[in-house]
Amino acid sequence: MENLAAPATKRLSIDDAIEHLKSSHPHAVKSDDREGYEGVIVDSDRLVEIARVIRDKLGFDYLSSATAVDYLGEGDHMEMVYHAYRSSGGGALVFKAQTDREAAQIPSLVSVWRGADFQEREAWDLYGIRFPGHPNLTRILMWEGFEGHPMRKDWREAYYEEEQKPFDSRWPGGHVHRAEEKNVFGKNVSYPPDIDLNRLMDTSDTAVYQSLGLGVDIERVMDKDGFETNELVVNMGPHHPSTHGVFRMVLTVDGETVTSLEPVMGYLHRNHEKIGERNTYLHNIPFTDRLDYISSMGNNHGYVLAVEQLMSLGRRYNPPTYRCEALRVMMVELSRIVNHLWAIGFWLNDIGAFFTPVLYFIQERERILDFFEAVAGSRMMCNYMRFGGLFGDLPERIKSVSNLTNDRVRDYNTMQFLTEMINERIPRTIDELELLLTQNEIVIERSMGVGVLGAEDAINFSAAGPLLRGSGVAYDIRRADPYSIYGELDFDVAVEQEGDMYARYRVRVTELRESVRILKQILPRLEATAGESIWADGKPGAYQPRVPHGESYGRVENGKGELGYYIVSAGGRGGSANPWRYHVRAPSFINLTPLGHMSKGHKVADIVGILGSIDIVLGETDR
Amino acid sequence: MYGTGLAKGLRLTLRHFVESYIDDLRYGFRKYHHSTDNFGIRQGTQTKGVITVQYPDEKIAVPERFRFIPILIIEDDDHPTRAGKDWCTSCGICAKVCPPQCIWIVRGNDPNTGRPVPEPEGFFIDIDICMNCGYCAEYCPFDAIKMDHDYELASYDRTSHHIHDKERLSKPNSYWRAIAPTRAYDEMLVRGTWEHKDAAKEARRGGASATRSSALSSAARETAPAATAATAAATAAEAETAPAPAAEVEGATPWSEDDAKREERRRRALERKAKRAARGG
Repeated sequence: MENLAAPATKRLSIDDAIEHLKSSHPHAVKSDDREGYEGVIVDSDRLVEIARVIRDKLGFDYLSSATAVDYLGEGDHMEMVYHAYRSSGGGALVFKAQTDREAAQIPSLVSVWRGADFQEREAWDLYGIRFPGHPNLTRILMWEGFEGHPMRKDWREAYYEEEQKPFDSRWPGGHVHRAEEKNVFGKNVSYPPDIDLNRLMDTSDTAVYQSLGLGVDIERVMDKDGFETNELVVNMGPHHPSTHGVFRMVLTVDGETVTSLEPVMGYLHRNHEKIGERNTYLHNIPFTDRLDYISSMGNNHGYVLAVEQLMSLGRRYNPPTYRCEALRVMMVELSRIVNHLWAIGFWLNDIGAFFTPVLYFIQERERILDFFEAVAGSRMMCNYMRFGGLFGDLPERIKSVSNLTNDRVRDYNTMQFLTEMINERIPRTIDELELLLTQNEIVIERSMGVGVLGAEDAINFSAAGPLLRGSGVAYDIRRADPYSIYGELDFDVAVEQEGDMYARYRVRVTELRESVRILKQILPRLEATAGESIWADGKPGAYQPRVPHGESYGRVENGKGELGYYIVSAGGRGGSANPWRYHVRAPSFINLTPLGHMSKGHKVADIVGILGSIDIVLGETDR
Repeated sequence: MYGTGLAKGLRLTLRHFVESYIDDLRYGFRKYHHSTDNFGIRQGTQTKGVITVQYPDEKIAVPERFRFIPILIIEDDDHPTRAGKDWCTSCGICAKVCPPQCIWIVRGNDPNTGRPVPEPEGFFIDIDICMNCGYCAEYCPFDAIKMDHDYELASYDRTSHHIHDKERLSKPNSYWRAIAPTRAYDEMLVRGTWEHKDAAKEARRGGASATRSSALSSAARETAPAATAATAAATAAEAETAPAPAAEVEGATPWSEDDAKREERRRRALERKAKRAARGG
């Protein structure tokens, strides 16, 4: 594609790009001048045409996020918000399209960016916005037949208590109850006599595979007799050890070769975003831990960045101190190491190196989690970052004092432990990993040339993280759009050209080494700032921060790819306690968009490896 | 040569295999004996090889900041003036910052005046809902709620055992100081005393406060003679109310309160909330 190498027009700044759009489409594009909002509002009838201009003429070729917002009572319309970036780096061009709440309809952008595919299906599923032109507009997280669109502001869940937390029943009323006690059905469900329960338990193939958009007539295939090889539909998952959780793939195979693949998800869906809108801003931090539970520090970081962006619109906002930023970066890089060790280890499980390598890596991961536990209080659900600060500074000693036995087992000086980990133990593990795998002939034969995703496709599919960089696109948010103190740190962006499974493995190994390189730069910074407060004001932040009116999109380079949080605050002058909209741009979810494309033509056994090489975690995919 | 990569990798596997026996040779097979002394050998920083912990015969001690289900701090039994008193003033901040809303607090009322007293009448945590985030402990202004280290809470019946009431939640201050000495010390530095914040304040104020409250209501003071120091007032208005006798508070079940009273309290809370909202704009 020509826009990869040389954009048709010269590289305009974002403001100039917006001016260009407004002058070339005077009636269809207008500035979004709501308080605290950015970007442009596009006339939805001309959305596709303008999106092409944005992609091809202005060079914003990477659609990071597409999500819906329901402005019930705030203008009574639905809105799709798109964040487009240049794959060469820089800030976002935000454009929006509005539609009526009843009969909500916005043209599909799948013809421009295939990365919009799952995100538009999600908007249809949760908000009920129709996308004419979408190739397969079906529900994606909820099941077909679900009543209503749960993210709409007027939709209420089972056991609904109040619009926003904290609930009045907790204090000072205090009358404890279990939600299930309120369930009117419980054990005494009765059905009308004329209902045939067997009909509700229909597990025939037609029911299982219908509405997946496979393009195969199940009945016809099943009815064939004789020995001729036919296309066959194979269901993998949701309970399959290779799918890393409850994830289902429906394959059509010709012999053993895959001709199409449709991912089916939502089995772990809990409507994280609806919960997030009931929560206060502070409540959401521990909930973000549960998204990508392998690297919860990174999840915390993205969320606090997004909220801090909003808070900085108000008065009396102090940015976090240098020590706080250094600690954040250190924690995030340690999480990245954990994430990549885990990803490589389980990918090897998937291609047949059963558990020997992963256990070697997990030994090192355990040490890092020990450190998280000593600093943040929990091994995986760290809940470490706060708005403008952190839960706590490093403890002087990593020490076990407990009501159990064995008091002397763990007692180290924290800085000494870190120095030893960063300079010796982690590099040693990475060396071992490379010795074990990089030249291993079996690994090479299994992974080279399998699951290829080209550079143009990777950008068009909105792939992120090692999946994108393994396809030859040197796009790392830490470099492309630096946040925190990454701008001043010295590291290289890992990139490989081949776009296959082996390239992704190589990217991860390089990133492990680069993370160690960053950590080595963090250590002297921590020593230099010892004693400095981790809080901007010198004291812990309030539990109800004032978040002014506006929108923000905070994104970080997490282990699995670009993790973004889109947050809308509808607060008045004093700010509001709860976000109006809280959206997670989950890399595990969007990285699955090209899975079908990558799998075509490979053997069934390779599909497992390809899925493993994307590195998904279902807590984040299904949200 | 084809296969060298494989051979190198296998050599590494072999090294790991051998290493798992080096410690056996060094320490003899006593390292497997279930004794806490030997546990240190296997779980130390320099250990190589097999590091499996034989749970539940052996357990890894958790670090100080480790957080599990919350506990409520009460004074030690040998405290001179406040033995067994709650540190909690039922201010409700923990219930507000709780992300999954698993904390229920019943605020106590003075039986004579009907005004709220700064001590919880009931305190419930549904541990099935609790997500162990530690906010309640972090934001408690009185250091009255803390995260425990005891993670062995499995039970056979979740319906009867998983809502912890005040009795189950309460642990003496000395317990907290034992499991988290460094943190307890840091908290003491912030408070400026080992005592409860308000108890210390009362003690400093000494006689002045006692004469003031005696002028207000001598009858109420008679029912709770030793309570003045323990009032632990959350607000100035509440400071002037004497708390209910401890025995009555402990014995009372939160369920015995009649509906009218509950409704009244709820109405007042809603009013306050509406007022707050109006002010906040």
